[in-house]
Amino acid sequence: MKGFYSRKLHSLLGVIPLGFFILEHMITNFSAVEGGSQGFKDSVALLNSLPLVIVLEIFGIWLPLLYHGVYGMYIAFQAKPNNTRFKNERNLRYLLQRITGVLVFAFVIWHLYETRLQVALGNVTHEELGGVMHDIVMNPVFFILYLIGVISAAFHFSNGLWSFLVSWGITVGPRAQRVSSYICMTMFAIVAVLFTWSLFAFRGVEFQAEGTALLETIRVFVG
Amino acid sequence: MATADTKLTAKKVKFVVTRQDDPKSASYTEEFELDYRPGMNVISALMEIQRNPVNLKGENTSAVCWESNCLEEVCGACSMTINGKPRQACAALIDNLEQPIRVEPMRTFPVVRDLVIDRSRMFSALKRVKAWIPIDGTYDLGPGPRMAEKKRQWAYELSKCMTCGVCLEACPNVNEKTDFMGPAAISQVRLFNAHPTGEMNAEERLEALMEEGGIEGCGNSQNCVRACPKGIPLTTSIAEMNKATSKHMFKRWLGV
Ligand code: HEM
Ligand code: SF4
Ligand code: FES
Repeated sequence: MKGFYSRKLHSLLGVIPLGFFILEHMITNFSAVEGGSQGFKDSVALLNSLPLVIVLEIFGIWLPLLYHGVYGMYIAFQAKPNNTRFKNERNLRYLLQRITGVLVFAFVIWHLYETRLQVALGNVTHEELGGVMHDIVMNPVFFILYLIGVISAAFHFSNGLWSFLVSWGITVGPRAQRVSSYICMTMFAIVAVLFTWSLFAFRGVEFQAEGTALLETIRVFVG
Repeated sequence: MATADTKLTAKKVKFVVTRQDDPKSASYTEEFELDYRPGMNVISALMEIQRNPVNLKGENTSAVCWESNCLEEVCGACSMTINGKPRQACAALIDNLEQPIRVEPMRTFPVVRDLVIDRSRMFSALKRVKAWIPIDGTYDLGPGPRMAEKKRQWAYELSKCMTCGVCLEACPNVNEKTDFMGPAAISQVRLFNAHPTGEMNAEERLEALMEEGGIEGCGNSQNCVRACPKGIPLTTSIAEMNKATSKHMFKRWLGV
């Protein structure tokens, strides 16, 4: 496909559907803060009760993520950053957009492997995911890696939205681009805080019940 | 004795010049020290070296090659990297520069020799996007539509581009891994598409921007607009052309 159209598609998919998905994911996770273990379970159940959920997943998440991610890696490595010579905030955000893209790429693969893939393989059920998350975030190294992952994703999406608005000619002049910078960076702060908050919530003991407790039982049986 | 004293205390200017003997050979640096003269700039210093090509070690060397024409920052020929910043050497006053003054070619472009670079890619980009207004016919086409004075003044700002290459040097997406044409030509499409006669070929220019290496190569680092010596609103031009090409894409698909 010609560069122009493939790049436009990359840009579009970053916001629709991936941008919507990340916001949805943020809200679902936040139910762990608001409603604890049961609240999170209810949210997951609500999502899974959507009609044609697998079709929504394939066309709303997997395929767009695959396209945007792979093409994004290609774009990221085509850059020749010059931030030491040109020190301005937009150039820094240009670099961070690429670095966070690469980090999110790695993070998403790992996170999917631990969660959705294990569900698909039948090793865990959707109801047990809260417990799986609890086990992950109780490990201090994994917790830090998850923090880096969610903050990177929050930045990549928010700054990406700013750049999307320029790429489609929606914010044209310097003032429009400055105002949208403020809005998008505020959004970064909010999305990052909410995701982080949820990660802390997953450390709560009530999530232990499913995850660790399950493992403990297995250990007892094996031992 | 008085003259000897002044000689001893005479202010000196030190240069570190990145040199290269031919397009394929490796680059190296050579240092020069010149007597300070009030009002001197990088070009006059290079002329001084040309008159007396002796380096800091006192060795005879070849004169440093560079390009320049207008000497008043309107032709763009003398662009080079001075203390890390791409700019016009003729407008780079020694008084305003930190020493030693590091002078390098703008390496985004192929180096011909020393500070001389080949900016052909910019001229091919201008040809690709048809950055001109076709007015020739087999008969007299008559006078074109008039341009409002206010618009003319606005367009004049965009027309100041001297194809100097500074914006390409500043762009992290213009490099050997990509074929991005750079900001200058995109802004020229905006200029020629705004002209009442040029507008008649607007779609051709937009389609040229939608070809490989066109407008999609922009990654919004926005270095170009900060680096342009002519203060051309390059990022506004790019966003405006993003809008025009996006519209054109939908128009072509939907056939309206
Ligand atoms: C999976 C790994 C990912 C990689 C490697 C990646 C890479 C990139 C890169 C390099 C860009 C810069 C394009 C440019 O400015 O020219 C970009 C833009 C963008 N990305 Fe991602 N991305 C990834 C995931 C995501 C996700 C999950 C989202 C949604 C939440 C997202 C949303 C965006 C948006 C909105 C843009 C802006 C599009 C534009 O500038 O027009 N990306 N991505
Ligand atoms: S737009 Fe400015 S920086 Fe770029 S070539 Fe023209 S004058 Fe030089
Ligand atoms: S010689 Fe023309 S811009 Fe410097």
